[in-house]
Amino acid sequence: MSFGGHKVNYLKRSWLLVLGMLVLMAMVSGCKKKPPPAPPPPPKAVTATLSANPTSIQPGQSSTLTWSTDGADEVSMDGNKVDANGSQSVSPSSTTTYHLHAKGAGGAQDASATVTVTAPPATPTPTPRPTPPPITDEQLFAQNVQDIYFDYDKADLRPEAQATLARNAEFLKAHPSWKVQIEGNCDERGSTEYNLALGERRADSARQALIRAGLSGDALKTISYGKEKPVCSDANEDCWQKNRHDHFVLTSH
Amino acid sequence: MLNKTPATSAVKTHLKTLAPANAAGLALLLAIALLPLNQLHAQDWIKTGTNRGAPIRMAVPDFKTATADPGNANLLSVFNETLWYDLDNAGIFEMVAKSFYPAGTQGYPADIKLDVWGNPPPNAAMVAFGNLGVTSARLAVQGWLYDVKNPASPQVLGQQYNEDATSDMARTIAHRFANEIITRLGGVPGTAESKIFFISNRTGHKEVWQMDYDGANQQQVSKLNSIALSPRISPDNSRLAFSALGKDSWQIMMYSFDLGRMVSFPRFPGGNYSPAWTSDGTRIAFASSMGTGASEIYVADASGAGPKRLTTGKTDISPVFNPKTNAQIAFVSGRTGLPQIYTMDADGSNVQKMTDQGYAVSPSWSPNGLLLAFAWIRSYGPGVPGKQDIYIMDIASRQIVQLTHDGGRNDYPFWSPDGRHIVFQSNRGGSEQIWSVLADGTHLQQLTRTGRNSQPNWSSK
Repeated sequence: MSFGGHKVNYLKRSWLLVLGMLVLMAMVSGCKKKPPPAPPPPPKAVTATLSANPTSIQPGQSSTLTWSTDGADEVSMDGNKVDANGSQSVSPSSTTTYHLHAKGAGGAQDASATVTVTAPPATPTPTPRPTPPPITDEQLFAQNVQDIYFDYDKADLRPEAQATLARNAEFLKAHPSWKVQIEGNCDERGSTEYNLALGERRADSARQALIRAGLSGDALKTISYGKEKPVCSDANEDCWQKNRHDHFVLTSH
Repeated sequence: MLNKTPATSAVKTHLKTLAPANAAGLALLLAIALLPLNQLHAQDWIKTGTNRGAPIRMAVPDFKTATADPGNANLLSVFNETLWYDLDNAGIFEMVAKSFYPAGTQGYPADIKLDVWGNPPPNAAMVAFGNLGVTSARLAVQGWLYDVKNPASPQVLGQQYNEDATSDMARTIAHRFANEIITRLGGVPGTAESKIFFISNRTGHKEVWQMDYDGANQQQVSKLNSIALSPRISPDNSRLAFSALGKDSWQIMMYSFDLGRMVSFPRFPGGNYSPAWTSDGTRIAFASSMGTGASEIYVADASGAGPKRLTTGKTDISPVFNPKTNAQIAFVSGRTGLPQIYTMDADGSNVQKMTDQGYAVSPSWSPNGLLLAFAWIRSYGPGVPGKQDIYIMDIASRQIVQLTHDGGRNDYPFWSPDGRHIVFQSNRGGSEQIWSVLADGTHLQQLTRTGRNSQPNWSSK
């Protein structure tokens, strides 16, 4: 478009300008007044809630799960199909989180609720233990065949030593093929050589008692360690008493 | 030659008729016969020690250096110390203190002025002197012993030695020269070249060790890495018997010094302990549970053949032959309760109970066969054992004298071959160590210091 000319044409050019503006205005207003197209029906939004009551139980007790959904075509609880709204009693043995999944045209919604299982205060839940390895003959022997103890410089059997030997004998009778070494020991006092003789006698006292109780002498060997292998090295009666003993060792089974 | 002074003639008379230990022992027993035993104290022992007959006053000036070799000083000092120690510990001399000696060195006979040595202040009866030199890594020693009171013919000994120039050989030459002097003046060979065998745990295991009689040259003998006990050297020093814990039992072990290794000895059933030789080396006594399940005394050939049981005491151990006769055995038995010392004939007959109270163990027979040393907790009370000391008993009279008084637990006395010394174990210093002492209770010496050491056994030559 040209707006050439001078004063002579001023009125003519103004008219053209107004006309143009009118045309433009008419065009703009003509667009605004066009009617809008009809929108599609909006899909319904999917909602889901899940709650547990109570949220904390002890083993064996139950909790109620309550859920509600809206706008879902398909509702499942941990993979199992459930009603859109409902409740269910659960009794988990350990803390469990339940997952609700609702799916519909308006989308999908998840909800979850956790039921915490607490240990009862009075009777704690036993922790599962690994299976113990099978007991060895040596362990069985050590659990059942007890040491016997002596008075100072004595090889005589005290009453409680006789009782211990009787129990030892009963156990050993059940294992007639086992061979046993009886080890006589002394406390640190006294002479190295004499203590070897005393240890011999202590070991032999036990061997004779076991033979009298019905065991075979062939299965019972003795050795003296005198004061050469103390189990305790303090210089007091408590320790000396521990060292004045016969110890029994399974040597063949 | 030695009978010009009362002192030397008295010693000579004793030694002509009695073995030295007997002389000392009888003097001790005579001295205590007038005293109740409980009044004996250490002081009495010093008194009785000097009462055994006046000791010979011996002067030993330091040997003179004979050459200019730079090695002289060390060897000279080892030699002088060893010679002095040997003579001082011989039990028959009163050593004249060096501060009384005349000035100047005394290395040759021409240096010795008898009247100076024989009068106060030295007032010596004997003077031992000489010189030492190193030439071409050889050590030459000349030594003399002069009887100061015999100016007409003073020389008692004149000895020459030539060995490698080592500290060990300087010590060995000093021992040899000392032994010549002790043998000449004391009547029986000296102990300066003898060995002591013992048990030490210094390697972490109880093994047999040996050392010179003065504690020098400690060397490991057994290497079993187990438990070795009760070493006993054969009379000819060729074999060592001891007891050791094997795989499942205690056995008598035999080490040969000729072969430098263990040699075979029969294995017997049960536990086998505390071997002991006859003084002729033909038989061995030991304790064994082979026959009865309880420890009894057996005697076998030195090869271990033909063991024969002698006792039935059930807790019998620690046999030792009377070395004079080999016809008697002393041993320990708990047959009546606490262990006591017994004797019997070598065939097991004629059993005699020698002690009848306390806790008596570890008998050792003096070389002359007249005295038994043993360890004794004499005043034993229930629950409160007293001190364990070394005692000496005269077999014939059964009189007893106490040798140690200094505390601790004292055990395993063993006589020196000349009968003048006793070696024993004691924990008086806190840990178990080997000590030696003259049989009169003087000249106490600690011989070991490393680890725990026990059960000393003195070689018989």
